[in-house]
Amino acid sequence: MTKSNPLSKLLNETADLFLFFLRFFRELTHGRMEWTEWINQCFYIGNRSLVLVSITGFIIGLVITIQSHPSMAAFGAESWLPSVVSVSLVREIVPVITALICAGKIGSGIGAEIGSMKVTEQIDAMEVSGTNPYKYLVVTRVLAAMFMVPLLVVISDTIGLYGAYLGVNMKQAVSFSLYTHQIFMKLTYSDVVPSIVKSFFFGFAIGLIGCFKGFNTRNGTQGVGAAANSAVVMATFVVFIIDLVAAQIADIFSIT
Amino acid sequence: MMAEKTTYNDVVIDVRDLCKAFGENHVLQDFSMQLHKGENVVVLGRSGSGKSVFIKCIIGLLEADSGSIAVLGKEVMDLDQHLLDQLRVDVGFLFQSNALYDSMTVRENLEFPLRRHMSGISSVDRDERVMRALTDVGLAFTVDMLPEELSGGMKKRVALARALILQPKIILYDEPTTGLDPITAREINELILQVQKLYNTSSIIISHDMNCVRQTANRVVLLIDGKCYAEGSPDILEKSNDPFVHAFFD
Ligand SMILES: Nc1ncnc2c1ncn2[C@@H]1O[C@H](COP(=O)(O)OP(=O)(O)OP(=O)(O)O)[C@@H](O)[C@H]1O
Ligand SMILES: [Mg+2]
Repeated sequence: MTKSNPLSKLLNETADLFLFFLRFFRELTHGRMEWTEWINQCFYIGNRSLVLVSITGFIIGLVITIQSHPSMAAFGAESWLPSVVSVSLVREIVPVITALICAGKIGSGIGAEIGSMKVTEQIDAMEVSGTNPYKYLVVTRVLAAMFMVPLLVVISDTIGLYGAYLGVNMKQAVSFSLYTHQIFMKLTYSDVVPSIVKSFFFGFAIGLIGCFKGFNTRNGTQGVGAAANSAVVMATFVVFIIDLVAAQIADIFSIT
Repeated sequence: MMAEKTTYNDVVIDVRDLCKAFGENHVLQDFSMQLHKGENVVVLGRSGSGKSVFIKCIIGLLEADSGSIAVLGKEVMDLDQHLLDQLRVDVGFLFQSNALYDSMTVRENLEFPLRRHMSGISSVDRDERVMRALTDVGLAFTVDMLPEELSGGMKKRVALARALILQPKIILYDEPTTGLDPITAREINELILQVQKLYNTSSIIISHDMNCVRQTANRVVLLIDGKCYAEGSPDILEKSNDPFVHAFFD
């Protein structure tokens, strides 16, 4: 059978994901939205990733500053350190790192949760109870991830910039107001907005892939682990693809 | 002669020539059976013979390939989503794996179908119904517990309470006693009989447990190779000389 061929398997999977994606929009635009469940999911997603994302943001800000310092100093451009670091943090590093953490935490969480609901017939039970499981489980989770990932990115940006401030301060005494002044001299809307827009797509992909893998769980409980695992792998991969596409688009429209 | 036309008063589920295949796997082939009002029919069959597939077709969770399924006089395969949801109010379903929502308490589990199918009722009324259904299965004290805190038999009872909460006319049981010890299984069987009297329901019970058949069945349908191989009252089938039928009643 062709199923064993890795290429056709990949194509099949992509086609299924695409159909799932189309169904998301169909369900999104039809019928009532499950707002309560959406709020629950937003809280759940935010609550689960906030600490990890914050700590990581802080460390990344600190480390990037410390490591950039010698090369900046070699050019005698130490005073540029805050602005250069802040731009690279906000534009690229923080959104991608946050998205990768969320792919791990949120993607696997959604994949495992929906997967286990699938194998224990909870999804069927929902349908029997007059609830469209696609609207109740998928639409809410995808929208929640879409809403929360950018929020987590903004939080992580803020904490990362504070980490960078500490990094700058380790080498030379700079007042916080001078530091923020230097950052906002360089950092503009054209840095922030594309990074937020990009995060929306990261969140969307992470949520959708988690749900997709969960909904397609096979082989009982054993399949749940596999679903969670492949959700993370696929979401991570897609995050990088979106990042690449976003960079190309920004380049074409020369948002620099 | 043509078979009698379905009348609402007598036949509540009328399945005719049902076919369902998954790829090359022809699970059901021209399966037919009727469920009469007030009756408990046990569908017997080996593991993997398509019993779960059959009752999932009845409630519209799976779509049959061909044939007809009339539930309370309505053709399930022709119903749109809205009408199907309305029909599902009258049909309770006890899942093989219980399918309790494990992130919700017992109360929330029971409230879920109420909130969905009867969004109009007051919270007092809702509470009352939850407690009544739980009391009927003898588990009123578990109302604020999570499913993971319950034993297998208790989960089955709570799942039954959830299936009862909308006071359905028909209940479909998918292997209600599988995986339970004989004593608990007996209790569940008694509960099935009690529910039949109390709520005046008609039921299809999927099983391969002979005690369940002897205790609860008014009539037995034997599902072999996707067809209704034999049917009749448990006493008559028990005396049958057919080797396949005999194998079940050993
Ligand atoms: N969603 C599905 N996709 C593909 N095949 C399926 C699906 N559901 C069931 N089957 C197949 O249909 C057949 C019958 O399955 P079913 O679950 O109805 O068995 P069963 O009679 O309920 O068995 P058990 O007593 O073990 O519950 C099996 O061969 C199974 O592999
Ligand atoms: Mg089964």
